[in-house]
Amino acid sequence: MARHVVAPVSEIAPGTSKIVDIAGRSIGVFNVNGEFYALINRCPHEGAPLCIGFVLARFTSDRPGEYRLERHGELLRCPWHGWEFDIKTGQSWCHPESVKARTYQVEVVPGETLAKGPFVAETVPVSVEQNYVVVEL
Amino acid sequence: MNVTVIDRQPDTSAQSKLGIVDCDVHPYTKSAADLDEFLPERWRKHRQSIGGRSRSPFSNAPNYPRMSPFTGMRMDSYPKDGTHPGSDLEMMQEQLLDLFNVSYGLMMPLLGRGSDERNVEFGAAMATAANEWEAQVWCDKEPRLKAGIQIPLEYTEAAIKEIEKRAGDRRFTHVMIPPRGLEPLGRRRYWPILEACAANGFSIALHLGGTSGHPSTGGGWPSFYHEEHPSYPQSKEALVTSLVIEGVFEHIPNLRVALVEGGFAWLPSLTWRLDKHYKRLRDEVPHLKRLPSEYIRDNIWVTTQPIEEPERPEDLLATCEWIGWDRIMFSTDYPHWDQDDPRYAFKAPLTEQQKRLVFRENALSFYGLE
Repeated sequence: MARHVVAPVSEIAPGTSKIVDIAGRSIGVFNVNGEFYALINRCPHEGAPLCIGFVLARFTSDRPGEYRLERHGELLRCPWHGWEFDIKTGQSWCHPESVKARTYQVEVVPGETLAKGPFVAETVPVSVEQNYVVVEL
Repeated sequence: MNVTVIDRQPDTSAQSKLGIVDCDVHPYTKSAADLDEFLPERWRKHRQSIGGRSRSPFSNAPNYPRMSPFTGMRMDSYPKDGTHPGSDLEMMQEQLLDLFNVSYGLMMPLLGRGSDERNVEFGAAMATAANEWEAQVWCDKEPRLKAGIQIPLEYTEAAIKEIEKRAGDRRFTHVMIPPRGLEPLGRRRYWPILEACAANGFSIALHLGGTSGHPSTGGGWPSFYHEEHPSYPQSKEALVTSLVIEGVFEHIPNLRVALVEGGFAWLPSLTWRLDKHYKRLRDEVPHLKRLPSEYIRDNIWVTTQPIEEPERPEDLLATCEWIGWDRIMFSTDYPHWDQDDPRYAFKAPLTEQQKRLVFRENALSFYGLE
């Protein structure tokens, strides 16, 4: 289990994401309203690059004619068949009990801590003034 | 519901060893003007100044963007130069032909407007132009791609001329007939075209698409795309029923028909129903010498996409058994948003023999490829 520095916090603004390669795996790192989450960039349905999909709100309805948008920016829609996943948990909206996209631990770490290690910071130069997004894998 | 697909590994044996045949590939132009070089001047001017006149009663009946920006395409298929998905050969090779070791890709271009153009002479010119474009822009550069012959379905003479013109040209493997013509396809007005297909050695691909002016569902125009998508099997059911009951396969026994982009799990129940009624109503249709199921078994093939995904995945294998493993051909529908990936399309395991048939051999034999 290694910890990988993937970007300075300022690089991934709320509502955006960055797709990174870590140890041969493509992983999407998302900023959801200031909190960071990471998902495997492969849809469990048919293997599409899940993390390039649209980020959405949960759209629900109690009855025809009434609609509600909630949990803004917390759902990810697969770019092929439109399956939706909870970015925070990887849980599938259509098969919540049985289908999950793999998630990874993410934390925000100050640059000065990073300077001490042990971290794998292959491509991201670290300075002590900034905070960094770190994915555990 | 106890299916977990998250840890399912890609089933690569199907394509890596065999080389698959993909029975539904969509090439696109980068712009409508790409066809201009294949149009006579008279129709080039017409295209530029007048344009097409669709049979659809609604000016924008097909609802887009259909799950992706603009065009209903999978979102990772847009070329970097901003042109249309499916218009870049290198990208198609990378995302489809090379990735899945595709031996042949059967092209089903959805352009040219030949099928539903009200100005039938313009439709005929556009069909010819689209065929030239397929052959020169795609087949000549990538021999794994095989062209579908576009025809103006409601202009019989021009359609037959186009079919005869392509006979013997190995770049062309099939005639594309729009499934929603003015009348059900088994009607006698279409027999000369169907005869020409069989006489010139071409299989027929009935790919969903085109507009005839008829509502897309038996119950009228749908309100939702979610309602529209399941209308594909409805139009296929109408086609199969019409071809069988009108006696087309009695009249043209060597006609080979592929149903493309309608899935297939509905076919057994339709077949059972047709046989049941044949036993009761055969006096009305004495031109039918055999059970409807026998014509279907001999003359109809199905392609897989958009594949049905039953709650118990293994149920689909029973459906395949009922249809016949030798009649099912794999298709991706690249680059559409609802395309299927050969590694994951079947959610239940196929035997090696079943894989050989579905991913390769059935299509080779159906389209006369080697």
